[in-house]
Amino acid sequence: MDDILLLETIERYLNGEMGNEERIYFETLRKNTPEIDQMVVEHSMFLHQMDYYVAHTNIKQTLKKVHRNLLERGDLNEGGELSTKGKVIQFWNKYKKVTAIAASVGGVIALFISGLAVYFSSAVTDPKLEQLGKDLEAVKKSQLYQGSIINEVKSKIPLNARLLSGGSGFLIDTKGFIITNAHILRGTGAIVVNSKGKEFNASIVHLNHEKDLAILKINDVDYAPQKSIPYQIQKNNADLGEEIFTLGYPRNDIVYGMGYLSAKTGYNGDPISYQIQISANPGNSGGPVFNKNGEVIGILSTKQAQAEGVAFAVKSTNIYALVEEIKKNDTAFAKLKLPTKSYLKGVERKSQIKKLEEYVYYVKAYGK
Amino acid sequence: MPLTVLNRRIVKGDSNEQALLIGLANNDSRAIETIYKDNFNMVQSFIINNNGTYDEARDVFQEAMIALYEKAQTDSFVLTCQIKTYVYSICRRLWLKRLQQLGKYTRQLDAIEETVAVETDLETHEKRNAEFAIMDRALNSLGEPCKSLLEGYYLKKMDMSALAEEFGYTNADNAKNQKYKCLMRLKKLFFSQYNIGE
Repeated sequence: MDDILLLETIERYLNGEMGNEERIYFETLRKNTPEIDQMVVEHSMFLHQMDYYVAHTNIKQTLKKVHRNLLERGDLNEGGELSTKGKVIQFWNKYKKVTAIAASVGGVIALFISGLAVYFSSAVTDPKLEQLGKDLEAVKKSQLYQGSIINEVKSKIPLNARLLSGGSGFLIDTKGFIITNAHILRGTGAIVVNSKGKEFNASIVHLNHEKDLAILKINDVDYAPQKSIPYQIQKNNADLGEEIFTLGYPRNDIVYGMGYLSAKTGYNGDPISYQIQISANPGNSGGPVFNKNGEVIGILSTKQAQAEGVAFAVKSTNIYALVEEIKKNDTAFAKLKLPTKSYLKGVERKSQIKKLEEYVYYVKAYGK
Repeated sequence: MPLTVLNRRIVKGDSNEQALLIGLANNDSRAIETIYKDNFNMVQSFIINNNGTYDEARDVFQEAMIALYEKAQTDSFVLTCQIKTYVYSICRRLWLKRLQQLGKYTRQLDAIEETVAVETDLETHEKRNAEFAIMDRALNSLGEPCKSLLEGYYLKKMDMSALAEEFGYTNADNAKNQKYKCLMRLKKLFFSQYNIGE
């Protein structure tokens, strides 16, 4: 109890709360009692430390608050490269928390086709389908529609095999080499379907899960090699804000989409990809991303869960690296040659699409 | 280095920057926001370009802001260079140190701004940081209700009767009594660490 009284007195003294008489008395006491003098010094120092602690805590809080505010307003950017589109950033930040949670669960969701886990027969009730959870809602809806094509598929897909997943792909060599995403190719084999609905058997030549790229080769007597490919594959990185468009198979018919390049890096600053603003749907995976001249700048691969329109494309420069790698490892592919000329510069978009759609394929992977 | 350019910039921005620093010293969020906006992107790109992440960029920048805040609070403080130069110099030093600790430091860091000597300031800052950590530990090992009581009094600046009500003491005097008891325990904890640290 005395200690407390003493402490209180010292505090009052240090805070200048004592009356004149009391202060003179206390100062004399301090002078004559080294212990009390020591306590005063110590407590003064301690209070100083407390003040400092409080100030430090407060400034830290202010800094955090300011940081958050500036992020929300789009004055700062912590995802991807700088973008002047304040609205996009705001949008991004608004959904950052949600997407972070989603990403931690399933990473960036892959754009599988709606035909994911479609059975040949009416096997919708198979327990396997349950496991696919949420993704399946979309699948179920399109089951009826999917049904129509299944009959045609029979001839090309081995009997008793079933479709596991699918997406898009496009020609990179007239002899029938197709590039697509590795994540599409579940199972053991694949067929590809062109924009006219004609199917071809294909084999999986190369898979690179790290870059999420894969190369297919059409092995089918029905396939007549194209004379040439009208687009080149860009060796340089594309620019921020560049207008882009894509062709792919989120449904059984080829679908066109348009947008712009929004960041030079992908999800979480991933240097392999671009971030693009485009409406992408399951099935667009593996499809080409063209610039306005009709040159390939990337391969559409994933989209941000929850954030509408935020998608990612593997940079076209990775195709070169991949092809080099295959050639080195297997002489059978020495003749694989990427297209180097672009014929669609300055051509009206409708004509560009008419030309390009022949080279974009619907990829279906099957397994037992 | 064209010194004339440097000088001109200091004089030009002087009064404005001084005002910002006074704001910072008083924890004024508008001033802090201005300094933040003017300097963060520069530091972020420096860190990102030198092996760092967005999180690390934010940490380093905020650390530098705290160092600047401490400097701005001292009576002897004078502005000898632009805020930008100072913040960049601090961040550069901090980041170099971090990289060295991680064993990542292999080459000269890319310089994107001129730098000034900040070693002494950083030493002071580190000492302060250590003191902060000691107090933080002491407070956290205090237990409840002591911790909340002291935080209420010192951090939230609540008065004794409000504290008595919140914590359920019958009157302000009892709360005050308890506060002193807690304070004495905190002091003991703090000085047991602080002396070792010296």
